[in-house]
Amino acid sequence: MPSASALPLRLPLPDLEATERLGRALAAILRPGDVVALYGDLGAGKTALARALIRALPGPEGAAEEEVPSPTFTLVQVYERDPAPVWHFDLYRIEDPAEVHELGLSEALGEGITLIEWPERLGGLLPAEALSLTLSYGDEGARAACLDGAGDWPQRLAELRS
Amino acid sequence: MSGAMTKPSEELVVLGIETSCDETAAAVVSGAGKICSDLVLSQLDEHRPYGGVVPEIAARSHMDHIDRLVGEAMAGAGLTYAELDGIAATAGPGLIGGVFVGVMTAKAIALAWEKPFLAVNHLEGHALSVRLSDAIDFPYLLLLVSGGHCQLLAVEGVGRYRRLGGTIDDALGEAFDKTAKLLGLGYPGGPAVEQAASKGDPAAFDLPRPMLGRPGLDFSFSGLKTAVRHAADKAGVLAGAGVLAGAGDDGGHDQTRADLAASFQAAAGDILAERCAKALALFEKDYGTPGPLVVAGGVAANRSLRARLESVAATAGSRLVAPPPKLCTDNAAMIAWAGVERLGLGLVDPLDFAARPRWPLESLSAGG
Repeated sequence: MPSASALPLRLPLPDLEATERLGRALAAILRPGDVVALYGDLGAGKTALARALIRALPGPEGAAEEEVPSPTFTLVQVYERDPAPVWHFDLYRIEDPAEVHELGLSEALGEGITLIEWPERLGGLLPAEALSLTLSYGDEGARAACLDGAGDWPQRLAELRS
Repeated sequence: MSGAMTKPSEELVVLGIETSCDETAAAVVSGAGKICSDLVLSQLDEHRPYGGVVPEIAARSHMDHIDRLVGEAMAGAGLTYAELDGIAATAGPGLIGGVFVGVMTAKAIALAWEKPFLAVNHLEGHALSVRLSDAIDFPYLLLLVSGGHCQLLAVEGVGRYRRLGGTIDDALGEAFDKTAKLLGLGYPGGPAVEQAASKGDPAAFDLPRPMLGRPGLDFSFSGLKTAVRHAADKAGVLAGAGVLAGAGDDGGHDQTRADLAASFQAAAGDILAERCAKALALFEKDYGTPGPLVVAGGVAANRSLRARLESVAATAGSRLVAPPPKLCTDNAAMIAWAGVERLGLGLVDPLDFAARPRWPLESLSAGG
């Protein structure tokens, strides 16, 4: 049934809790080397989704209570987690795509799970095999998610459909 | 590494270097609280065309400017390297590339001139800056509010910080910047929102006050930002939706934006006021003294928020102390001062001290 795994996958997110549930569901299928590009306007829920995802991954003692602040000003935050460290980028303030090298993007892509907010700023530097996740506004606080990606993403995302 | 420790701490003179985020900065400060020189690259005349708008996040950019800036800070202070008692640099938290440039520069000077090296936590620089401007004693309650931080700390002494609460999502400065962006008010967002708010009605929009009345001392501003977006969209003033800010007569949109900015600022003020009132009560219980309440960080420059905090402090029988705006934004004078304080206690760092991109303030130890 090829249609069962066809992308893009569109999911309604009626409230913040649904956005966080999607983050936790993604955490369960991510592997070292994965890149998730988080698209969406200010306030669409990108950081909320990233926070839920990071909190759902097992880490060292105290990791569950560790704060996951917005990385808008720090540009990148790194979290020690299993199965790989999570690099959480926010490129909102980046002017020149080359600046991301200063932020450790190549280290992130080599060893970690990489979450990138405002991936538009990367231009052609965004890896082709990245999972693209777009959050958009619906009515009265609702959001919708649209997930797309090449490679084995169609198979891996199939279980999110349930 | 001799000499410094035998001097009274008022006579110590320290060079400070700050490269942990957007700014390249160098300053020389004395133990008597005299700022001998204080240079921030984006505020120098030749950089004015850019107005500090473009973040200098690249390590290369810090590297291009730091030597000249340090030389000018020394010349401005009228001192030679031999006359310094120590070299301090921000060693974290921050962007590793930038921090590395500042730390390497400081270590090189320390090594060449056989001076003590002082690795300063950027947040400790903010936390102690009030003792440079106002010479207040420990302990005090600190509200640190900037673009990247929003936390309440009990400052018990040099290297002794107890975290009482912090933001669980966005920092307040970030909420100001994003509100400015949503309303098309320009950059930097803090002053832009404050200016628009001065012409607006703070009761015009009913915005949420996340965490208000909840136990604990944490903050949350993400929901407020989203509420501003929703209100702006509904009122037809969302930037980028065909509405241009400041385009003259636009059918009352300027007034709507001013009202929304004022309502946002009022909500932020309510949140800060409630949390600080609770923190002051806790502080008095734990330390037997009602403050003072110190506010530091870039958001401390906002006059409306400052007035709210002044009245909160007065109600609690405390007082508000705020360093001048130049010491509240990122600068090197506060790093040099933290260096003076640490050097005075003999808290010198080895030359193999590694820069720390993540470095929570409460993990510092004052040592002996």
